[in-house]
Amino acid sequence: MSAVPAPKSYKPRNRDAIAARVAGDIPEGAYVNLGIGLPTLVGNHLPAGKEIFLHSENGILGMGPAPAKGAEDWDLINAGKQPVTLLTGGSYFHHADSFGMMRGGHLDICVLGAFQVSITGDLANWHTGAPDAIPAVGGAMDLAVGAKKVFVMMEHLTKTGESKLVKACTYPLTGVGVVSRVYTDLATIDLTPQGLAAVDMVEGLSIEELSRLTGLPVRAPR
Amino acid sequence: MINKIVNSIAESLADVKDGSTILIGGFGGAGMPNELIDGLIAQGAKELTVVNNNAGNGEVGLAALLREGRVRKLICSFPRQADAHHFESLYRAGKVELELVPQGNLAERMRAAGAGIGAFFCPTAYGTDLAKGKETREINGKHYVLEYPIHGDVALIKAEKGDRWGNLVYHKAARNFGPVIAAAAKCAVAQVYEIVELGNLDPENIVTPGIFVQRVVKVAREQILKEAA
Repeated sequence: MSAVPAPKSYKPRNRDAIAARVAGDIPEGAYVNLGIGLPTLVGNHLPAGKEIFLHSENGILGMGPAPAKGAEDWDLINAGKQPVTLLTGGSYFHHADSFGMMRGGHLDICVLGAFQVSITGDLANWHTGAPDAIPAVGGAMDLAVGAKKVFVMMEHLTKTGESKLVKACTYPLTGVGVVSRVYTDLATIDLTPQGLAAVDMVEGLSIEELSRLTGLPVRAPR
Repeated sequence: MINKIVNSIAESLADVKDGSTILIGGFGGAGMPNELIDGLIAQGAKELTVVNNNAGNGEVGLAALLREGRVRKLICSFPRQADAHHFESLYRAGKVELELVPQGNLAERMRAAGAGIGAFFCPTAYGTDLAKGKETREINGKHYVLEYPIHGDVALIKAEKGDRWGNLVYHKAARNFGPVIAAAAKCAVAQVYEIVELGNLDPENIVTPGIFVQRVVKVAREQILKEAA
């Protein structure tokens, strides 16, 4: 008879809870780019009372939420090519300016998804390395080197239970030493010169269990 | 009198040669100059090198140009999309070459071409597969990759309004690559929905000054009813 796994003593955060956790770290006045996929959810959790500038790589600052059905303008789309709106005070600009905002250090935060993040902040999020995949990079590499802070939002483990936080990435890199903080369904973890340091963890999860799941030592929150 | 307005799309593209490098504006469907691309298909130029952020969507614009087998090489940042099936089948059959470029490098390499820059050091892609084989340099403790400009023979631009001197304004985020590719090409052709008298565009708000634009052609405004991306 196979062993029945012990019930977990903790409940992982769902995607919206991770997004809300990221949103809580974005201060008023920040210029922020939310990557396509999971990070887009962060936009739904930004506090209504704070003025935060969302940047879209295709040339928008002050990007607003999706328009009402029927009010779409297909010349006003986000990086994921979905229709959006412009907030009062927002602006449009061309692509070279838009990416100059990233590389020039004007963008405070970008939030990206990832396949893997290494303990030294290497990011792998653009290619699985599968030989038959059509390669596509978009703005991922520019954002990774450009934003002042790169936050990664991802599930802690792969579907087969391996940690996405790794000693060294095995997937092709997007950027070297660029990630500052990782938000997962289990914890918020800073990448420090001394290694991984948990900022918070889901209730009921011990630092020993988090380290075991990660396969790397994680320092307990202060 | 200087008049950059041409009467038809056919006239605006009559001298495009086989083997040309064509810079095409647009990010997904936004800013994609579909009418000019249809004109290019009709004109017949082949063996083209095309520069665009994506690899075409559905059956229109760049997707149609690919379908017609006119493109030898695509320089692009994000060719993988659910409805980029013409590119995908050509690529898998080895019938089109792909140079994958990070999106900001794509923009900056064309900006450099338009601004007369010989090459530039850029931090993007350092240490990744997309910088393999490229010259690198450490400057003030930071690593950079040497990138060269992308010059175009022809730029195809979708703008909102233009005048006979070639001054252009755009519509919302359809601007994207337009101002960049206008400067990077020897001959920039802009399709516009409205041709206005000189002086009608507010000089404080002209986005692409006419010095970068050689031809302007009016097209009918189409009601876009469904998702173009």
